[in-house]
Amino acid sequence: MDLDFSPEDETFREEVRTFLNDKLPPRLANKVRTGQRLSKEDMEEWHAILHERGWLANHWPEEWGGTGWSVMQRFIFELETAIAHAPRVVPFGTSMLAPVLIKYGSEEQCRHYLPRILDGTDWWCQGYSEPGAGSDLASLKTQAVREGDHYIVNGQKTWTTLGQHADWIFCLVRTSNEGKRQEGISFLLIDMKTPGIEVRPIKLLDGDAEVNEVFFTDVKVPVENLVGEENKGWTYAKYLLTYERTNIAGVGASIAMFERLKEVANTTYRNGKPLSEDPLYAARLAKLEIDLENMKTTNLRVLDAAGAGHAPVAESSMLKIRGTEIRQEMNDLMRRAAGRYAQPFIDEALDEGYNGEPVGPEWAAPVAGQYFNNRKLSIFGGSNEVQREIITKAVLEL
Amino acid sequence: MDFSIGEDRQMLVDSLSRYFADKADWKVREAAIASEAGFDRDVWNGMAELGVLGALFGEDAGGFGGSPFDIGVVFKEAGRALSTGPFLATLMAGKVLEAAGDADTLEGVISGEKILTFANDPAVSADGRPVDATTAAKSGDGWALTGQKGVVDYLGSADLIVVTAEMDGSTASFLVERGASGASTRDYPLIDGGSAGELTLSNTPAKLISDDAGAIDAAIAAGLVATSWEAVGVMEVLRDSTLDYLKTRKQFGIPIGKFQALQHRMATLALEIEQAWSAAINAAAYFDKDTATRDRYCSAAKFSIGQVGRLAAEEAIQMHGGIGMTWELPLSHYAKRMTMLGHVLGDDDLHLSRFIELSKAA
Ligand SMILES: Cc1cc2nc3c(=O)[nH]c(=O)nc-3n(C[C@H](O)[C@H](O)[C@H](O)COP(=O)(O)OP(=O)(O)OC[C@H]3O[C@@H](n4cnc5c(N)ncnc54)[C@H](O)[C@@H]3O)c2cc1C
Repeated sequence: MDLDFSPEDETFREEVRTFLNDKLPPRLANKVRTGQRLSKEDMEEWHAILHERGWLANHWPEEWGGTGWSVMQRFIFELETAIAHAPRVVPFGTSMLAPVLIKYGSEEQCRHYLPRILDGTDWWCQGYSEPGAGSDLASLKTQAVREGDHYIVNGQKTWTTLGQHADWIFCLVRTSNEGKRQEGISFLLIDMKTPGIEVRPIKLLDGDAEVNEVFFTDVKVPVENLVGEENKGWTYAKYLLTYERTNIAGVGASIAMFERLKEVANTTYRNGKPLSEDPLYAARLAKLEIDLENMKTTNLRVLDAAGAGHAPVAESSMLKIRGTEIRQEMNDLMRRAAGRYAQPFIDEALDEGYNGEPVGPEWAAPVAGQYFNNRKLSIFGGSNEVQREIITKAVLEL
Repeated sequence: MDFSIGEDRQMLVDSLSRYFADKADWKVREAAIASEAGFDRDVWNGMAELGVLGALFGEDAGGFGGSPFDIGVVFKEAGRALSTGPFLATLMAGKVLEAAGDADTLEGVISGEKILTFANDPAVSADGRPVDATTAAKSGDGWALTGQKGVVDYLGSADLIVVTAEMDGSTASFLVERGASGASTRDYPLIDGGSAGELTLSNTPAKLISDDAGAIDAAIAAGLVATSWEAVGVMEVLRDSTLDYLKTRKQFGIPIGKFQALQHRMATLALEIEQAWSAAINAAAYFDKDTATRDRYCSAAKFSIGQVGRLAAEEAIQMHGGIGMTWELPLSHYAKRMTMLGHVLGDDDLHLSRFIELSKAA
């Protein structure tokens, strides 16, 4: 066994690092590093830089503007960009919709929508969840009724991340009430500017509004916006779940955050010594580091198997669970380090250009909010309980 | 042995809980946490009228209670109602005044007329190091204080501040009045509701309360008892609302509480909260023993509520799913408060270390 990257992969890693060095705006990296809010323009700026280099949708097939990278190269790319504190690529268009379009959509749909994702013309959001359909997604009720060459859509989606910025939403809608619930669901693309759509922000516990409710009242959607066949939407949505998710564990983001955590532990004083020398805090840090190192190798093992053609199912769930747990633990250690200074809530300090005097340690302002906000990691993308159900069924065969 | 809180305290609990329900419902709290002060002054004064603040202090100090259990029951109710206001600051600063026999100053506080706060911890500077301790120097007949204190509860509303400072090599307590010369403040809201501020003193005139450092330790110990009982109140609400949700939220055609995975998690949570409640009771019950015993049980309690509190907050959100993360649902505010109580007066790590040290000495 040998855990080193191959010489080719090392060369590739250097190429990525050079690119990041040259092209990642320090302004953006600093915002990510310090936990300031990213605006829509910030995200678009980074997308455009990646697109210029041809790396925005690196996992797409080359004919549509992808790179032809191996899974390992994609992993290295994700690792290095996260370590450099690059903004995360917004996944809805590039990673959630595009693979479905490429596999199940028409040539025409691909030709129309994919370039617009790449050049930033269309911002997409994901309309799956409903108030009554969370973990039990198949119980969704938003209805699309065919009338001539249109569907008339009525219902409500919720938790729509960044829907406030979106031009388009891809939705799972009910087109039939017969047979199994899963067999009456279709995959529909809807222009957010269509009359009858209303977006209402949901304020989360940290005070931010990144998710929304989206209401549909008699919304007219052309039938050509159906992806694939009617009543096959569940298959398409599930394809995404087995679609190789190389970055589901967020190892790169965790490594970047761990570095910052170590910095903080070395410079934050409690009882006259740095936190890193407090035996209890040091033990927490060490456990986290061990878990992260283990996770890195687990992730590489899964990637290696995926490269050899094994579709990860239970493995994806394992990576999702432990990856999110590690990130949440990291947020916990950050807020602990702040001591009582986790409590002050200086909202403006999270905005770019804030130059007020920091309250307490200069890094403390966002840490409690991030801890609370990242409770979402174990809830969305299939809750960690649902992931455990998948493992139970898929590998343990219980 | 007797685990009842006693008739008088039960009456206090009942009237306080009725008062919160009538006068301080969720709407009132929302307005309060959006306000600059971070609490509702009318609610506070009404509570004072009910005698709630008097319950925190003994008769000699103008109160009618003051025992750890009196303190505990008040804070537990405040926790259940998620009430914001200078409860903890009033208690700790008030205990310092009480120990020094300063009933005159306390009178205006117990009546609600004056807001009192407690400035003990040094500020932490941008580089992560605490600033030097505040010092007291003789100035004419009185004293002058210089230094910076961090995260002082409800500083913006405080008429009176009990400040700890180094005097002749030991820690003493002083009283500083609002607007005293050389005093400046920077106020901010807190993520779990309420407000606090940074206090800078520069040759600020102050009245010596006492040079008894032990009185400050005792006040902090009372604060630990209070925080532990408050935390139990918060956790009970987290537990009960989550239990309710498990019974009513349906997925896959059945209440999610039918899933064994969640049942066992809920069972663990219920068990742990009972343990935390026992820890809080211990802290109150051993309070009047020798100081080493008192401090051991206070640290045991703060450690326990830190551990269990994190579990309760995280599990409550998780078992609610997305809705548990919303501002609109009171539960998320209980979870935030619970988490932040872990940061008040030292976290579970700090109190575990302290417990180990105190046990070695015993
Ligand atoms: C910040 C955030 C952003 C989101 N963004 C999007 C988005 O952009 N688009 C979108 O479509 N959705 C989005 N979601 C929705 C997300 O996918 C759902 O929240 C998730 O599927 C859980 O559903 P729910 O919230 O209804 O919880 P519920 O399904 O009601 O679950 C409640 C609890 O029960 C547990 N549970 C449920 N079923 C079982 C079972 N069978 N066994 C054991 N435990 C079970 C859950 O794990 C959870 O702990 C987002 C959610 C959040 C919080």
